[in-house]
Amino acid sequence: MSHVAKSRGRGGFIAGFLFVPLALYLTFVIWPYVQTFGYSFTNWSGQSPTFDFVGLENYQALMEDEVFLSAIWHNLLLLVFVPVITILLALFFAFMVNAGGRGGAGGVQGVRGSGFYKIVYFFPQVLSLTILAVLFGAVYRSDEGGLLNGVLIKLGLVDPQKPIEWLNEPKFVLWCLLLVVVWHGVGFYLVLFSAAMQSVPKDIYEAALLDGAGRGQTFFKVTLPLLWDSVQTSAVYLGIVAMDMFVLVSTMTSGQFGGGPDHHSEVMATVLMRNFLYLGQSGYACAMGVVMLVLTMILSIITLRATRRDRIEY
Amino acid sequence: MGSTSAHGEHGTGDGVGRRDLIKRSAALGMIAVPTMSFLSACASGGGEDQPKATATAKADKNNPFGVAKGSKLDVVVFKGGYGDDYAKAWEAAFDKKWGTTSSHLATQEITAKLQPRFNGGNPPDVIDDSGAQQIKLDVLLKGGQLADLTPVLDAPSLDDPTKKVRDMLIPGTVEQGTLGGKFVAVQYVYTVWGLWYSGKLFKEKGWTEPKTWDDFLAVCAKAKAAGIGGLAHQGKYPYYINVAIMDLIAKKGGLEAMKAIDNLEPNAFEGNPVALEAVEAVYELVEKGLLMPGTNGLTHTDSQTRWNQYKAAFITCGSWLENEQLKQTPADFDMRFLPMPVLAGSKLPFEAIRAGAGEPFIVPEKAANKAGGMEFVRSMLSREWSTLFAQQANSLTIVKDGVDPNVKLRPGTKSAVDALKAAGDNTFNYRYPDWYSQMDLDIQDASNELMAKRIQPKEWIKRAQAAVNKATKDPNAKNNHRD
Repeated sequence: MSHVAKSRGRGGFIAGFLFVPLALYLTFVIWPYVQTFGYSFTNWSGQSPTFDFVGLENYQALMEDEVFLSAIWHNLLLLVFVPVITILLALFFAFMVNAGGRGGAGGVQGVRGSGFYKIVYFFPQVLSLTILAVLFGAVYRSDEGGLLNGVLIKLGLVDPQKPIEWLNEPKFVLWCLLLVVVWHGVGFYLVLFSAAMQSVPKDIYEAALLDGAGRGQTFFKVTLPLLWDSVQTSAVYLGIVAMDMFVLVSTMTSGQFGGGPDHHSEVMATVLMRNFLYLGQSGYACAMGVVMLVLTMILSIITLRATRRDRIEY
Repeated sequence: MGSTSAHGEHGTGDGVGRRDLIKRSAALGMIAVPTMSFLSACASGGGEDQPKATATAKADKNNPFGVAKGSKLDVVVFKGGYGDDYAKAWEAAFDKKWGTTSSHLATQEITAKLQPRFNGGNPPDVIDDSGAQQIKLDVLLKGGQLADLTPVLDAPSLDDPTKKVRDMLIPGTVEQGTLGGKFVAVQYVYTVWGLWYSGKLFKEKGWTEPKTWDDFLAVCAKAKAAGIGGLAHQGKYPYYINVAIMDLIAKKGGLEAMKAIDNLEPNAFEGNPVALEAVEAVYELVEKGLLMPGTNGLTHTDSQTRWNQYKAAFITCGSWLENEQLKQTPADFDMRFLPMPVLAGSKLPFEAIRAGAGEPFIVPEKAANKAGGMEFVRSMLSREWSTLFAQQANSLTIVKDGVDPNVKLRPGTKSAVDALKAAGDNTFNYRYPDWYSQMDLDIQDASNELMAKRIQPKEWIKRAQAAVNKATKDPNAKNNHRD
């Protein structure tokens, strides 16, 4: 048998097995999106197999839906603050844990007890978001039984007759949720950045040390540029988290699928779910899904473009 | 193909050996199977409407819907405060009588479990469509998914074959289950709404049951002076404080005021002095600091538990409260129901209460065993099954005198039953939460703002009216009307 036939047989074999995952991906990831796109032009109620084609009506309605527009605004706010705060904190802690220590002959090491800190920092990552929602629900509880209120009342900073209703305060609610996300995320990105830092050759740090660079200079001139790839990836991931937020908002805030008080913590996913499952406007909800997809893609591209740097090889 | 050799390299030039063939068909199968099931699960569009083979036998007087012996019955119930023991008992009784095989699913995730089945055209035969994740009835109706249950009402009663089923029910039941002009849901559990308090606390403090709103405020003020809250409500779910607001409107303005809201009249709230007075009355609690501190942000369980710990004098709720709080309530708490106290010059007396049937049982239009589903509903409306329910779920049903008098009731339920007796014909019930989901949510949002002191009563009225006006655009608005 010829060589050609042999390689063709193997090619078919490989193609067969590449084909399956691709097909699964198309079926379970791409096809639902395509379907969603189709439904977004209908008045499908979600509880019935019959519906009519309504053209762009859903998209027109979306443009005037104040609740959805405010939800987009909240997602954008989170999109700015979640990645920035999480990455900055994670970078700071990772640097302190890995290269922030001083003294010692080699010169490059973490602050004392860094092994312990790493475990402590990573701990929140182990908890699922649903557990976090319950946990922080108790922290933010609106009467004196809440952790925050309890402490503030003990300190005499809050009147026990008027405890702060954290998650029922339009001014606070979004920031309260932001804090939970950051608390949850910092540990994971700390470990990610730690790993990246440890792969930086020690001699680079030693050289910086010999040249008399301080902690700040070492960080900005050496560590950060070498970690840029990881930071970029983190920004995209955290951006996606900020665009979602469904679990926390829907369990912690008031309203059908959350979003309260009075839509002040509404995110796109909560408005979508309310319309999809509760109000019987699934076609409309699908239009929201399409908008979410488009926005998320645009933002990912922008993030990748904006953070593009020359890669440093070492 | 000339060769069927297992080895590709020995295959003929055109190349597809057996192993390749198997590989490829296996790969294709792996794709095809999930694709097909996914497609059919999500299927929407045409071609689904042709009638399926349904299980029916010949109908006669004893079998008015034609239940087929040996058929299958698919029952799905919401497993909430009433548990699902009652449903198991029912299914056993049904299978015994009709020789059917019942499948039983009890869940809290009604929407998640049933939405795909409704979309796929293979819904169960009977559903208790309740709980936080119920599929809204107005939505199901819009999709043509609900069977008309009028034939059940007109079928002979199991207790007395000379009477129709509809004659055995508490008045209002048919109205409660009618949507868009069709009787589609049996709201099976009879519930009353109002205020609740601890008989023990009141006795200790020497407080008496208030009958007017002023007396109510006075008790709340005494409670505050004694270092506990006046009124608690389940702030995270403003549904509950709406009980107080809406009851005050109905009692002060009479049934016309209530119907004006359900019928989406342009002056249901705005320009209606009764509505404003009711909202101002509730707002007085906020202004005078008579709410339990922090209650606006609490979940229903947190808030009710605080109340059970004597942190507030009153709480708003429906009569499922006692069952829901069984574990948290101290043994000597002596739970009591109180109709909403009245404003001066109210058209309805103090005894009038919001009462009505809840826990909707439905039969899907496309159920495979629709006859079985209808017969199941007819059986539910018999004294035998009603007593089974009362024993297993500790609650009353819409069947007239449907509970054996020997069933002993807990103090809260007993006081609710007494209040119901005192009310006589003076019961009322709003329909808009079933008819217009969005309007209900909008009014809840406004109430949440009111209780947090972020808006004033006049602004609440404006927002509530805006919600009403928005609801007039609902396609169901032309079908929903009450006289």
